[in-house]
Amino acid sequence: MFNRDRWKEILEVLTTNWFRTLLTAFGVFWGILILIILLSAGKGLENGIKADFGDIATNTMFMWTRSTTKAHMGLPIGRRFRFKVEDVKSISDNIPNLRFISPRNQLGGFGNDNNVVRGLNTGAYNVYGDYPEIINQDPMTITEGRFINQNDIREKRKIAIIGAGVRNELYDKGEAIMGSYIKIQGVNFMVVGTYKKKSSDGDGEEGQKEIYVPFTSFSQAFNMGNDVGWMAITAHDGTSISSLKEDIVNLMKTKHKINPEDTRAVGYFDLYEQYNRVESLFGAMSFIAYFVGILVLLSGIIGVSNIMLIVVKERTKEIGIRRALGEDPWSIKKQILLESIFLTIISGMAGIIIGALFIYGVNALLDANGPVDMFLNPSVSLGVVTVALFILILSGLLAGFIPAQSAIKVKPIDALRTE
Amino acid sequence: MIEIKDLHKSYKMGSNVLHVLKGINFSVKEGELVAIMGSSGSGKSTLLNILGMLDVADSGEYTLDGVPIKNLNETKAANYRNKFLGFIFQSFNLINYKSALENVALPLYYQRVPRKERQAKAMNYLEQVGLKEWSHHLPSELSGGQKQRVAIARAMVAEPKVLLADELTGALDSTTSYEVMDLIQKINDQGNTILVVTHEDDIAHMCKRIVYLKDGVIMKDEKVKQIKASAYV
Repeated sequence: MFNRDRWKEILEVLTTNWFRTLLTAFGVFWGILILIILLSAGKGLENGIKADFGDIATNTMFMWTRSTTKAHMGLPIGRRFRFKVEDVKSISDNIPNLRFISPRNQLGGFGNDNNVVRGLNTGAYNVYGDYPEIINQDPMTITEGRFINQNDIREKRKIAIIGAGVRNELYDKGEAIMGSYIKIQGVNFMVVGTYKKKSSDGDGEEGQKEIYVPFTSFSQAFNMGNDVGWMAITAHDGTSISSLKEDIVNLMKTKHKINPEDTRAVGYFDLYEQYNRVESLFGAMSFIAYFVGILVLLSGIIGVSNIMLIVVKERTKEIGIRRALGEDPWSIKKQILLESIFLTIISGMAGIIIGALFIYGVNALLDANGPVDMFLNPSVSLGVVTVALFILILSGLLAGFIPAQSAIKVKPIDALRTE
Repeated sequence: MIEIKDLHKSYKMGSNVLHVLKGINFSVKEGELVAIMGSSGSGKSTLLNILGMLDVADSGEYTLDGVPIKNLNETKAANYRNKFLGFIFQSFNLINYKSALENVALPLYYQRVPRKERQAKAMNYLEQVGLKEWSHHLPSELSGGQKQRVAIARAMVAEPKVLLADELTGALDSTTSYEVMDLIQKINDQGNTILVVTHEDDIAHMCKRIVYLKDGVIMKDEKVKQIKASAYV
């Protein structure tokens, strides 16, 4: 295969009719270009939507309480109940494979009255009472100071970690933040840290306008007692939260004396299921990209096959001469196949390179003009390129097969007679 | 060198059967220069094609240098052609995008002779036919006589047992024809066996033996006094 004369001949044959070779190559080039662009566009959409999930641990469910809709054990319909701090322990005791169980309390938020005051500045923010583990479930970057720790929980310290958005609204530029106080619903909290969250979607702004305080301090300061507003529960990797959520919800129903058939009383949101649904959507999208791309490529390959047939026809006499001189048929077949594969791979590589440049250009454009909703960093992986190359070699073989067969089917004597 | 016994060949043309060779018996010894003569349709080209293993006989025996030629598949036939036979065609049949040197080296390439050796050998044969200076020219840049001499060098390069020439002067004017025949005679004088198919009397008489073919049978097979082509050049 790595024979100087053979390659010289391949080049000679392909360059005798430049224009035709170029047109043929364009078919394959176009096919692979479309395939690469479709796949990268799919990937861009996937990246964009996944970025909307942010860094949130996706194997997570959220659970909250609502009023009951069925009477049970002498208790009436429409009863309101709350999760209690003890529920956290009973979940972790009864349900295996859970990584984090974070009880949370919350007040205020967008659209509510201003609830935070600092000097002359006021604002309406979400204030969360949290355990230190929450930073693993809803990741954020601590830009200054620290996050909540166990001592804060134990000693019920009145400290707060504020988001970048809160800082911008309550503080002037360059003002010292650490150690300053903010008043949340009339209670003073000392700011010990600031954070920033990654997220590209519309909630990004909102995400930066939150305040985190220790769960225990929150309960005491805002009169929550033992109540838990909602819980964020994350399973270990390898166990999906979707398979555990039934058990968790049923456990809560038993503990709070709720009719097992009452589907309304415990509300939950399964992030993992949602995430999987999106994942399978992308699976379908890349399938369509491959399908369309390969079909376009196929028409290019048929073009190559067609031209190779013509080339063989044109060279019938030459093939006859060569066989009379003693070239064995397999060598002729190999020659035709190599020509076809070479043409396919060269044009395919050009397609891949142009596709890569195109993606690079789109990325540069996106970088220059700021993020676009639901579209981020379109790209193709090395794996995809490898697959594309493999498809190319295979299609080159396919394209050359019929012409090669027809090249050796002609008897040398008939081939010599052709004028 | 060549032994043929009772060779038959017929072609099917639609519903008609054309019996081209009707029992040919003849043999050629080493070093002979034989002309096969006959009008068109006499079967001389068919005979040459069978001798050249480009075509197969319907029946009869063919032995080349002691090797029985039968039941050949394409690969084996190609192999035998390469080792035993050199072809010279009426229309030269050079490969037009390869230089004279590459054309001559082609049979050696099929024998997988290393590149350097191949080129040296090809150059040597080109020198013998007097075209050393033309080695890097394409066939389109050569005259008819030069092309035929390249073809002769190509036929010789693999040192075959027998050279088969099919109307080798058919496309040349008479002066060039005699030059080419002079070359053929010289090659024959070196001890090579050559078969020439022709319908030209003067060319045939430059050989040492003439076999007359008519309607698929040998009419006459006679030794002749060789006329040296150099006399005309």
